[in-house]
Amino acid sequence: MSGHTSSYDPQNGAMKWLDKRLPLPRLVHDSFVSYPVPRNLNYAYTFGGMLSIMLVIQIITGVVLAMHYVASADLAFNSVEHIMRDVNYGWLLRYVHTNGASMFFIAVYVHIFRGLYYGSYKEPREVLWILGVVIFLLMMATAFMGYVLPWGQMSFWGATVITNLFSAIPLFGESIVTWLWGGFSVDQPTLNRFFSLHYLLPFMIAGVVILHVWALHVTGQTNPTGVEVKQKSDTLPFTPYATIKDAFALVVFFVVYSWFVFYLPNYLGHADNYIPANPLVTPAHIVPEWYFLPFYAILRAVPDKLGGVVLMFGSIAVLFVLPWLDTSKVRSASFRPTYRVFFWVFVVVAIVLGWLGSKPAEGGYVIASRIFTAYYFAHFLILLPLLGIFEKTKPLPNSITESVLGDSDSKGGSAMPSGAAASPETKG
Amino acid sequence: MSDTALENETSASGENGTRRDFLYVTTGAFAVVGVAGVVWPLVDQMNPDASALALASTEVDISAVESGQSITIKWRGKPVFIRNRTDAEVEAAKSVPMDELVDPQEDVDRAVEGRENLLIMVGICTHLGCVPLGDAGDFGGWFCPCHGSHYDTSGRIRRGPAPLNLAIPPYEFMSETTLRIG
Ligand code: HEM
Ligand code: FES
Repeated sequence: MSGHTSSYDPQNGAMKWLDKRLPLPRLVHDSFVSYPVPRNLNYAYTFGGMLSIMLVIQIITGVVLAMHYVASADLAFNSVEHIMRDVNYGWLLRYVHTNGASMFFIAVYVHIFRGLYYGSYKEPREVLWILGVVIFLLMMATAFMGYVLPWGQMSFWGATVITNLFSAIPLFGESIVTWLWGGFSVDQPTLNRFFSLHYLLPFMIAGVVILHVWALHVTGQTNPTGVEVKQKSDTLPFTPYATIKDAFALVVFFVVYSWFVFYLPNYLGHADNYIPANPLVTPAHIVPEWYFLPFYAILRAVPDKLGGVVLMFGSIAVLFVLPWLDTSKVRSASFRPTYRVFFWVFVVVAIVLGWLGSKPAEGGYVIASRIFTAYYFAHFLILLPLLGIFEKTKPLPNSITESVLGDSDSKGGSAMPSGAAASPETKG
Repeated sequence: MSDTALENETSASGENGTRRDFLYVTTGAFAVVGVAGVVWPLVDQMNPDASALALASTEVDISAVESGQSITIKWRGKPVFIRNRTDAEVEAAKSVPMDELVDPQEDVDRAVEGRENLLIMVGICTHLGCVPLGDAGDFGGWFCPCHGSHYDTSGRIRRGPAPLNLAIPPYEFMSETTLRIG
């Protein structure tokens, strides 16, 4: 936390010399080595680290793909096939990038739901949360434009439908869409600019991630109890404790990731994207990538064009004001028995919305989409404000140390009783 | 300068503000105009360029389109449907009462007099831009599979999220068998 004093102590002359001029090693040491983290963090807290790694993987694989990819309406599709068939390890690089986008979203959804469960967005972490939502939006824009690049049928028609969302804007809608396209339909100028932006946005994400981590290090992390850190014994140094836990979770995550890359590389994609873009024929059933499906279901739930677009953007915008919608003073769902139930209901609702988004927009599916869309908004706009008033919460522990060790006046630090099973530093 | 400064101070509470205020405001105004002048080219470069705007009109030979058939041609990167409607289809389109329509328009206003059977429309769903399927939907016209919009035999929106009828492009019959779009 910002309050903690630096324990960086450069040993050799060169590092001392540098420390007086550009204390970068000190910043790294204070942020990722000696930085105190709550001692009771569980695996739900390891996804932030994974997200940083995923961003790095996407940038590295992306930059090398861009060495072979051609952003031309005539050549793009073939250049991707060229990457798959001719370029050395091209198939691997592309599958790592394509599935990387999916893994990125799996991680970000777990990360967001972690925040919802443990009340991470509450005072004093509102700015930290809002920066997270900004990153989420930038990720969606990046992934959307990336999916356009292979210039298959789904690329083309996904781009058409999504850019047309802006045509719902009264008065200026049509001119905005023409401006986005650089023409009168999705075409060469569109592909070219999407490539430019797809290259740019990840670096903007990296910039916002720095702000996000900065804000995190000002307020400190939450933890499963939701009780703020009060004393030294509530925390452990980031390295080795959090580093090892993050690394282990990352390895497990990579096993899943590799399973997709090597055994199911196209499972999360759509077969129609292996058909070259054809501006005259729309595939019978167009769906976005899986990570957009819940929002797509909300778009289609409304029988009105502008209404659907407003609700779809609203479903993300509501996250920005979440810190002020949740009126409960208690942070963690562990001590909010009623909220905990509604939290899981919300998780199910979000997943069902995703499933509905993958179904054709007809009959029962549309009716179900409407019901679940209404519930999605009710969760934020009605349930959360009311729960804070009516819910009977459970008593909070006095401190993190007490919740871990069962008594509050333990000594802390490394002098822990070895019988404390939940105490991570007692491991061999 | 010190003179001015004194003057400024004495007139600081004056209704019209000081000379320095004036300088701030003018400088600010110039800066705003300057920035806008620099930003505009950056924004406008994304608009359709001269080559996209110059896309000429398209001429089509329609002699082979038999009654009940339709063809799709490309104009300005978009599909254009040319459908030679059957008499029954035209009748169906004409008999629809206006108050049943989302975007009311008579069938006669959607085709050229004397050649009512030929319906020429931009084949782009007015919802979010997919290409509707012909001979489909609950109204015997077109159906957009993307989010379920139904169009009738006049290309008018009847049900679904699309707000408007399929657009009619500017076109002209050059002869009995040639059509020019654009
Ligand atoms: C936030 C990070 C990123 C995400 C979420 C992302 C996502 C995507 C997605 C979903 C695709 C489509 C894959 C397919 O179906 O083939 C794609 C393609 C592509 N991306 Fe990225 N990307 C990211 C970063 C980058 C960066 C930094 C570059 C650097 C230039 C890049 C370059 C490319 C290229 C050249 C393609 C086309 C080749 C292909 O389709 O495999 N990406 N990206
Ligand atoms: S694009 Fe046709 S119904 Fe949405």
